[in-house]
This record gives sequence, C-alpha cells and structure tokens, in this order.
Amino acid sequence: MGLLSDPVRRRALVRLVLRLNAPLCVLSYAAGIAWFLALAFPPLTQRTYMSENAMGSTMVEEQFAGGDRARAWARDFGAHRRKLGALPAAWLERTMRSVGLEVYTQSFSRKLPFPDETHERYMVSGTNVYGILRAPRAASTESLVLTVPCGPDSTNSQAVGLLLALAAHFRGQIYWAKDIIFLVTEHDLLGTEAWLEAYHDVNVTGMQSSPLQGRAGAIQAAVALELSSDVVTSLDVAVEGLNGQLPNLDLLNLFQTFCQKGGLLCTLQGKLQPQDWTSDGPLQGLQTLLLMVLQQASGRPHGPHGLFLRYRVEALTLRGINSFRQYKYDLVAVGKALEGMFRKLNHLLERLHQSFFFYLLPALSRFVSIGLYMPAAGFLLLVLGLKISSAPQSTCDQPPSGPSPLGLGQGWRTYDTRVRGDMQTHFFG
Amino acid sequence: MAATSYCSRAVAPLAGLLLLSFGSLATSQIEEQAEQFFRSGHTNNWAVLVCTSRFWFNYRHVANTLSVYRSVKRLGIPDSHIVLMLADDMACNPRNPKPATVFSHKNMELNVYGDDVEVDYRSYEVTVENFLRVLTGRIPPSTPRSKRLLSDDRSNILIYMTGHGGNGFLKFQDSEEITNIELADAFEQMWQKRRYNELLFIIDTCQGASMYERFYSPNIMALASSQVGEDSLSHQPDPAIGVHLMDRYTFYVLEFLEEINPASQTNMNDLFQVCPKSLCVSTPGHRTDLFQRDPKNVLITDFFGSVRKVEITTETISLQTDLGILESSGHTWKLLVP
Repeated sequence: MGLLSDPVRRRALVRLVLRLNAPLCVLSYAAGIAWFLALAFPPLTQRTYMSENAMGSTMVEEQFAGGDRARAWARDFGAHRRKLGALPAAWLERTMRSVGLEVYTQSFSRKLPFPDETHERYMVSGTNVYGILRAPRAASTESLVLTVPCGPDSTNSQAVGLLLALAAHFRGQIYWAKDIIFLVTEHDLLGTEAWLEAYHDVNVTGMQSSPLQGRAGAIQAAVALELSSDVVTSLDVAVEGLNGQLPNLDLLNLFQTFCQKGGLLCTLQGKLQPQDWTSDGPLQGLQTLLLMVLQQASGRPHGPHGLFLRYRVEALTLRGINSFRQYKYDLVAVGKALEGMFRKLNHLLERLHQSFFFYLLPALSRFVSIGLYMPAAGFLLLVLGLKISSAPQSTCDQPPSGPSPLGLGQGWRTYDTRVRGDMQTHFFG
Repeated sequence: MAATSYCSRAVAPLAGLLLLSFGSLATSQIEEQAEQFFRSGHTNNWAVLVCTSRFWFNYRHVANTLSVYRSVKRLGIPDSHIVLMLADDMACNPRNPKPATVFSHKNMELNVYGDDVEVDYRSYEVTVENFLRVLTGRIPPSTPRSKRLLSDDRSNILIYMTGHGGNGFLKFQDSEEITNIELADAFEQMWQKRRYNELLFIIDTCQGASMYERFYSPNIMALASSQVGEDSLSHQPDPAIGVHLMDRYTFYVLEFLEEINPASQTNMNDLFQVCPKSLCVSTPGHRTDLFQRDPKNVLITDFFGSVRKVEITTETISLQTDLGILESSGHTWKLLVP
C-alpha cells in the first residue's frame, strides 16, 4: 500500500509532522529564502538564447546614417516645444508628412482622480501624433511600434529626432512586411494609454480620447525610446510592466544580441553586466534580481512599454543614459541597434511566444525561469500548510473544558472526538 | 627477278591481312560505339524537384531547389519534363530586399530564380498527397500536363528533395510529414507500373540518410547530405537579405554541377565525393546496392541532363542485342534487327 493510503503509516506520518512541526516550518522557511538567494548563482541561472526561429541571429546589415538629421530635428523639436509649452503637434505632423508617413493625431483628456494642491481636480489634456509607414508589398495585417513619450518634465527631444531620422530611413527600404507606427505621445504614460485604448477600442481607465483615424493592424512588438542627450554612454533597458507583467524574453534577447553586435554598453536596472562570474558577479546578479523583484512588486509600469503589455504586445523601454564615462555612443549607434531590431522583428510570422513570459533576470544575458524560482515560493507556502495542519490538532488536543470556541454547547463536546478522528482521516486521506 | 616477284607476292597477302585487321578494328570500334547507345538503357529524362518548407527563414531550401532546377535545365531537361514543387514564394516575399530574385551565393552573382522559371506545384499545393500522386501517376484526369510525371519504363528520373527532416521523415509545410516507408512504397509502385528505368534520389535535410534506408525497389541510387543523428548545416549567411542563402551540401553540389556540360563524362563516383566532412560538417552518404550498373559507369548527365546521343557513321552496323544489359534492367523487349 502507498504511504498515504495505509492508515497505520499515515497516522505515523501525521504524528511525525505534528511533532516536528516547528522545526519543519523553520527549515522550510530557511529553504525558501536560501533557494531564492541561490537563484543568482550559476547552476540556477541559464544563459539567454533566441528561441524564435524566425528571428534567428543578428545577421542583418544596418545602414542607418542619419545622425545629423536626427540632431537637427531634435533641435527644432526642442525649440518649438519650449515656445509652445506643449507638444508641437502641427510641427510634428508637417515633419512626419515630409518624411513620407501617413500622419494622424489624437487628442485626449483625463481628470486625474487625486486632488492637486492648486486645483480641486486636475484635468490633463494633450495630443498624440503618430505616423504610419505602410509596408510596400504586404497587406497591412500586422505592425510594429516605435514610441517616444514626451512629458512636461522630460522633453525627450533627442529621441524624437532619432525617431524622425529612423522613419526617413525606413521609408526608403522595400523589405518591410509589417507596417511601422511612429508614435509621439504627450504626458508620458497618459498619452500612451489613451492611444492604446483607442487603438484597441476599449476604455479601461476612463480616458476621454478621440477615436483614431488611422490603424495598421495587430501590433506585434513595440519599443519605447527615451534619450536624455544626443550622446549616450549606456543604454538601460526596462522590462517590468503594469502589475509586474513582463514581455516575452525573446525581445530582450534580441536587444541584448544587438547590443553585443554593435558594441554598445547595455545595462539592466542601471547595473553594468559583470564581465566575469567568479568574483563579484553573483552578488551583483543577486542585487539586480532583487531590484527586479521589487520593481515588479510595486506594480508600476516602468516605462510606456508597461502599458503595451496589457494588450499582449511585447514591448521594451530603452533609456539612453549619459554619465561620466569615457566612451560615448552617438545617435547613429543607437539608431543602428534599433534598425537591426526592427529588421529582425520584421521577419516574425507570429506573435512572440516561443520564449518565457515569466522570468527573473540576474543579468542581461542570464535568466531564471519560473520553473526554477517557483520552488522558493513553494517552500514559503509550505510553512503555511504545515501551520494549518497543526492548528485543529492543537484545539482538539485540549480537554473539553468550558464552552467550546464555537459556542455550540454540550452536544459539541461529545461530537468533538468523532470530528477529531474524521478530521484526521479527511485531512490526509 | 624471281626474288622481287616472290617478295611482291608475299607482300600482297601481308598488306591484305594488315588492311583486314585495320578494317576489323575499325568496325569493332564503331560497333563498340554503337553499343554505347544502349549502355544506360534510358531514352528520356525527368526531374522531380521538391522544396517542402515555407516561411521566409527557409529561404535556403527554395534556393537549393532552384539551383538544382537551373543545373538540370541547363544540361538539357526541358520544363515539360521537370516537375518543380516550391512550398513558398521567396522571390516575391515582402521581406525580400531584392524582389523577383533568389540568390544562391552571397556575392549575388547567381540569380537562380531567373526569368523563365516554371513552378508546377506552388505554395499550398506542395503536400505529401500531391507528391505521392505525382510519383505514382494516380492523378485526377483534370490535372494539367505540366503537373504530371509522364515517365515510362525508359525514363531516368532525378528526384531531389530538401526541407526540414528527421530520423525517418521529411516535414512538408510545417504541418505534415512523409516517412521513409511511404517513400519506399511509392518507388515500388513506380517500379511495378514501369514508371522508371533508373532513379536517382538526392535529399538535403537533417538526418537525410534515414530517408533512403527503406528503399527496396531495383535501380535506385540515393544520396543524402547527412547521416542519421547529424544535422545538415546552412551556408552563405547574407546580411543584406538577412537569411542564409543555401545549405552546404547543395551549395557544393551546385559548384560541382556548374563544371558539367552536356558532353562531360564525369561519373557518379565524383558526385559521391562532393562535400567531404571538412566542408560540409555533416557526412554525406549514398546507397548504390539497389543499382544494377556500377556507379563509375553512370554518367552525371544520365540523370541531370537530357543528352541525345547522336553518332554519325558511314557504314552499316549490325546491332547485337546485349542480353547482359537487357536482363539487368529487368525488361523483356524485342529488338527488330534489320
């Protein structure tokens, strides 16, 4: 007979578990914590690899060379924005049209639910501008999005310049099989949410937005770009989205392979990638992993990409950081990496689904899948299970004195022993 | 005086003997040449070229098939005798930065698509059922002529297949498979229906050798790009197009075939040497036990080309029925000797 179906051995097991209840709980808790901390170390981390066959390797030739145009447009955008105090929608529309895109605008407004110090209720309104590059020889069934969020405090003008330069470059290519949408949003995440809601024809946040005039098919992937200056020393990637949702790992792998190909310095959680894993690599990995867990736990989307994830559009946010480092990359290097990524995404035939959706990242090139980090949570929950299993025994063990906790009176007392026996069998049977 | 007349009388028969010997030598040479007409036993050539995989990243399988198509056409087999099955259209794929072309080399020198390609089975018509129907001839009467394999018992057929395969199967269109047993049975049907004289089967997939393991019909020679347990690798990564352009084995076979012209006497043993492990990484294999003739007597053009043998003679030749050849090909036929 099996261990649990043999009543004698079952009772022995139950007695053992109950006797060693406290030590088992402590052990289980310690095991959970230890397993979690061990996640950053080599046996449990794996190297990332491209799972999607259609995307393959970084075997594309990047030809983007529009650095000067990007900077010129960025300067113009910055100047217009300062003059206007808001997003220069008319200028953007004109420039996108001159580049050769189909341009549409969308206005939105939202009453924020929390009071402001100056007003009772704060009304936010703005305009999104987006241009669609139609695929020359394909039906517009699928699309990719490159989005640049512009807010009142972060003008992001360099990113807008790069977006326009990339649009001009992409327009001259004939190999696009999906439409590409170049989206510039106002008020950062609010604009992005308004656009996404109107695009997918839903209304989950109570935003008032004008309907979109132009559509481009189902969005397969999106990249959000934030650049603080026209030279960057590193590119930081953010993956955590709304409610801790994550994009498909293949998108991150794609970004990481293009970082390697272009020799760009890419960081995760603002931390450099450890060159060797023997010295302080694992500790740094642990730090990165814990930061990622905390950011996911906060539930905040750490970039516009977080809002795309809700609609099952894989998305990333790339932030260009300019710090005190000797080697700087200009817009052309960032543009080439983006061009390579979009060209590879163009090869996709289906939505990204081959790689993991739940993972933890100790480093940009290492990941821990859910199958490996779940046991840590399992051990912690086992503590609760053990505690629950010991609870009825502790109340039933005491001799029936005084009114029973449930206040059922005399009848409960005699029922007690029978219930205790039944509970035993039912709990473990 | 008597000596000279004696010499002249002696020389004459000598001269006569010499002339006779030369003459007989000459006639025997012509007879030998005439016998070479029937050395291979085939009178027409067919080719069935199949690419079984679709999607843009399988560009190289289409390029493989089109390379063999190009060689076969160049060596003389007309489009009416070629059944070309391509599972996807790479030349007009929206992702192709050079539309209407399919390249086999990253220098872009050879556009194997050309401007006179005739695809008989295209896109979703390339299925296991259609392939087997083409081979066995069990085709609905409404099928156009270009989609039929109208071979007879004097046809040499070249069958080339490429795509993704495994141990004992070949994947069609990412949705179905053909097994080596089905293929062997199809060839047996072809044999029993007298649909081929000799058959050359070439396969370029991973674990390709498993596909010819089960053949049991006579007169089949098979080549594969890799052994069981090995993968066939791709070649020619091209950043401008963004995909691999060819598979290694077919790339080197194409290089080999580019040297062949309709008059070349290169034989099959040279084809077996193409793409050694140092170049191909996988080990190409071949199988000749079912084949009646010795591979060194089999010309490449017996299968890859359609060579009309023409010999002009000035004298009449009496043809001997070479029973050896007739018996080995398993046919009984009567030669009308004039």
